[in-house]
Amino acid sequence: MIIFGLEGTAWNLSAALVDEKNVLFEKMATYVPAKGGIHPREASQHHAEHMARVVGEVLQEAKDKGLKTDGIAFSQGPGLGPCLRTVATAARVLSRKMNVPLVGVNHCVAHIEVGKWRSGATDPAVIYVSGANSQVLALRRGRYRIFGETLDISIGNAIDKFARSVGLGHPGGPKVEALAKEAKDYISMPYTVKGMDLSFSGLSTAATEAAKRYPLPDVCYSLQETAFAMLVEVTERAMAHAEKKECLLVGGVGANKRLGDMLTSMCQERGAQFFLPERKYMGDNGSMIAYTGLIMLKSGVSTPIAESKVNPGYRPDEVDVTWAEG
Amino acid sequence: MEIGRGAEAVITLEDGVVRKWRLPKSYRLPALDEHLRRERTVREAKIMSEARRCGVPTPILRDVSGFEIAMEYVDGWTLKDVITPALSELVGEMIGRLHGCGIVHGDLTTSNMILKGDRIYLIDFGLSFYDRFVEAQGVDIHVYFQTLQSTHDQSEELIDAFSKGYRRSYPAAEAVLKRVKEIKARGRYL
Repeated sequence: MIIFGLEGTAWNLSAALVDEKNVLFEKMATYVPAKGGIHPREASQHHAEHMARVVGEVLQEAKDKGLKTDGIAFSQGPGLGPCLRTVATAARVLSRKMNVPLVGVNHCVAHIEVGKWRSGATDPAVIYVSGANSQVLALRRGRYRIFGETLDISIGNAIDKFARSVGLGHPGGPKVEALAKEAKDYISMPYTVKGMDLSFSGLSTAATEAAKRYPLPDVCYSLQETAFAMLVEVTERAMAHAEKKECLLVGGVGANKRLGDMLTSMCQERGAQFFLPERKYMGDNGSMIAYTGLIMLKSGVSTPIAESKVNPGYRPDEVDVTWAEG
Repeated sequence: MEIGRGAEAVITLEDGVVRKWRLPKSYRLPALDEHLRRERTVREAKIMSEARRCGVPTPILRDVSGFEIAMEYVDGWTLKDVITPALSELVGEMIGRLHGCGIVHGDLTTSNMILKGDRIYLIDFGLSFYDRFVEAQGVDIHVYFQTLQSTHDQSEELIDAFSKGYRRSYPAAEAVLKRVKEIKARGRYL
């Protein structure tokens, strides 16, 4: 089976073609805000502007290689409303025009599935951290249950906000990570774990305040150390509770090496295995949507046009996981 | 002798004394690690004593030092193995008193309750905190109900009995039990 997937929930418009084994092609167009963070309308206009080229290039490659597409998968949510609508509209048109089934994919579930696919994890506790989401999930009784999540902003958002406040620009993650390596001292920061849930907004503000008094590398370092320790703690608890022997890190913030190192160390201490997909499958990408669409279609799930409305608040635990057991 | 090991701590028993030692975590900075373990050890001990003052039987503390709490060993039956509706009603009364005092246990499972004589002891306050909001109390009870449903037969009777006891000892019980239904409907796992 060959499936075309379209992602564009926020900053990245990406189209890909996959089969059961491989990503065949992937093309993308990345929205970079002129100033500040992501502006939903501007991001959607960016996607609309690049849609024809990105989609066209993938379809042209498929045609050149004589490949027949069996379905169109698109990210139905969660995400920014205007961006989701742009993507969904394009996907509906493609499905009609090529006369193949449409399948609406949950963006969070897609991060998990592509992570499992590319890293070889089978039944992991998943830590999903990005600019918009911070969740710890595990498959239980047919759904990816959310064991813990942020009560306010995501970890990526917390880092980006701090980075912008000290003039590092957007996205701030890589810059904060680089600066943290030059740090000398740890500054105490608010550590907020409430049961299984997390809070990052206070931490982001505390870092912004600390930057007025302490060297920036020390602040970047302390922000990372505190936030990641919170995430690893909740992940470990979820692993103990759900009795999972594997841990999988997905989402854009997963590119941070320190977070991966901390999770590796936690897994070693408890005799578990840590999985990390290749970097290009961690951030938002079309391949994850295409692959998840593929396994959904294979398990008999498709989305009629009438039910293809976008869902900006789509939660991963709303999706019946018909294609995996855990 | 080691009698328990969780994500956070190791529990040993020697000469009638239970010791709960919080494990160091190599993934976090030593300064942060020690701060968290110390703070949580002290808080747990404090909440345990306060719960007992509120009429909730908890093991008597022997010592709190560094990252370790030493306490009395409660030699009884784990409620998980012996629960009946009458006992679940007693649990309800006990949790009503706990919530009335502004304490949320955070991990109300029948494995964390011990029957000794005619008293039920509540143990493992590792996830407990102070909170008087309906939401936190509702989540506390939701966890207990989920345990009943996943590990015990006749869970309906056990839930009804709990609610009866909880209403008797906690004036704000009605609002909390209503919230428990809402929390369940949200479908969050925890």
